[in-house]
Amino acid sequence: MNILSMQNIRKSFADNEILKGISLSVDSGEVVSIIGPSGSGKSTLLRCATFLEMIDSGEICYMGKCAARTEAGGKAVYVPPRQLRAFRSCCGLVFQQFNLFPHYSVLKNLTDAPVQVLGCSREEAEARAMELLGKMGIADKAASYPCQLSGGQQQRVAIARALAMKPEILFFDEPTSALDPELTGEVLKVIRQLAEEKMTMVVVTHEMPFARAVSNRVIFMADGGIVEQGDPLAVFDDPQEERTRQFLRVFDR
Amino acid sequence: MTIQTMLALLAQSFTLTLAIFCLTLLGSLPLGLLVYFGKKSRFAPLRWLINMYISIMRGTPLMLQLMVVYYGPNLLLGITLPGNWRFTAVLVAFIINYAAYFAEIYRGGIESIPAGQYEAAAVLGYGSGKTFFRIILPQMVKRVVPPVTNEVITLVKDTSLASVIGIMEMFTRAKQIAVAPHSPGMLAFASAAVFYYVFNYLVAFLMSRLEKALDYYR
Ligand SMILES: Nc1ncnc2c1ncn2[C@@H]1O[C@H](COP(=O)(O)OP(=O)(O)OP(=O)(O)O)[C@@H](O)[C@H]1O
Ligand SMILES: [Mg+2]
Repeated sequence: MNILSMQNIRKSFADNEILKGISLSVDSGEVVSIIGPSGSGKSTLLRCATFLEMIDSGEICYMGKCAARTEAGGKAVYVPPRQLRAFRSCCGLVFQQFNLFPHYSVLKNLTDAPVQVLGCSREEAEARAMELLGKMGIADKAASYPCQLSGGQQQRVAIARALAMKPEILFFDEPTSALDPELTGEVLKVIRQLAEEKMTMVVVTHEMPFARAVSNRVIFMADGGIVEQGDPLAVFDDPQEERTRQFLRVFDR
Repeated sequence: MTIQTMLALLAQSFTLTLAIFCLTLLGSLPLGLLVYFGKKSRFAPLRWLINMYISIMRGTPLMLQLMVVYYGPNLLLGITLPGNWRFTAVLVAFIINYAAYFAEIYRGGIESIPAGQYEAAAVLGYGSGKTFFRIILPQMVKRVVPPVTNEVITLVKDTSLASVIGIMEMFTRAKQIAVAPHSPGMLAFASAAVFYYVFNYLVAFLMSRLEKALDYYR
């Protein structure tokens, strides 16, 4: 089943066009890695998909329902705010900088949105939160505050917080870029575990071995567009485009 | 006048100082938040109005503001005011003056919160009200405790400005005692100074406790 379909997305900041008619479609259970040079628009693409940025034109649909589509005038029109909220809650985003709520305990970070936004009962939200923390291997940190955790632990809390909303799809924007190498592994491990459970995910990453081993599809982005995409082994071992080869060479040292 | 009588008189007038202090905070701390909302309003005329108000409050002496609030309605508008207007005028002047400063302090605190907090809240589906009251406001409170402490300590001393419209708070009383026949003279001012100092010491202590209480997160 198709979870996300983005068609011909254009997005400019002032006069600077960042996304130049890019399309991205993700099916249920798929793990898609996005790689590409800095400034190519990877974060912007995720931010448009999660409605943190509004697109100029194109179409964004989740599970066959469109949240934004281009009308006759060529401008993208979004559904009304109330409906947009429903779209928001079907996608989760994990940030490079974690962005946990520092004034809430780990448990509260995981339960506040389900209670406040989804209307879950506290007991229900706490039970689910503890289950998720257990899965992330940090059940003992439920009462801690984010500032008392290592970066790797904070990022695992952030992943659990996103999962607590039961999203249909989870986006990751360089989830390990702010972490020391020894902490990167523990975060990649939980993402890999989610992949095994067939969680639908889109991961922007610079961890090439991870992208190669875990994803079903790799997308190489440059200059606001997709240069090449396909099976990770094909893209990494036998890239068709010179641009891709050039980019991957830097990581081959 | 004996020293005991003097101290009793000062202590009695200190209750008025305390009342001005407490009621001013009670009014201006929340009003500052409303002023901040006004400053951030999407309605441009309201923004201009609020900016003008803040700039006047910060740009003119509080003593003068007290006089305008107290005498203004009568001199400018010809309104006859009730007998208890004096105290009300003091509170109005102090509250609107301090609210302007608090609004600016709140703004500083809110603007120092990283954009990532808003983004995390948005992605989790919080509306703008819940984002502000559950995520932003609590973090703002922690950040503004030190500058608010400064203002609160200034307020303790500023209450003496109410003397300019003749309200019988502690400083007015001290002046009165000092010039009375057979008065202890300078001792009246020295005693008032001790009252202010001890009160401020207490205020600073309580605020540092509050700061510590909020130290459970960074
Ligand atoms: N809010 C914004 N206002 C103006 N320009 C922006 C904004 N956000 C992003 N940009 C610009 O868009 C371009 C693409 O940014 P984006 O963050 O999407 O790149 P990226 O592929 O994620 O890069 P990186 O690998 O460094 O994270 C950059 O040139 C950036 O300066
Ligand atoms: Mg980026």
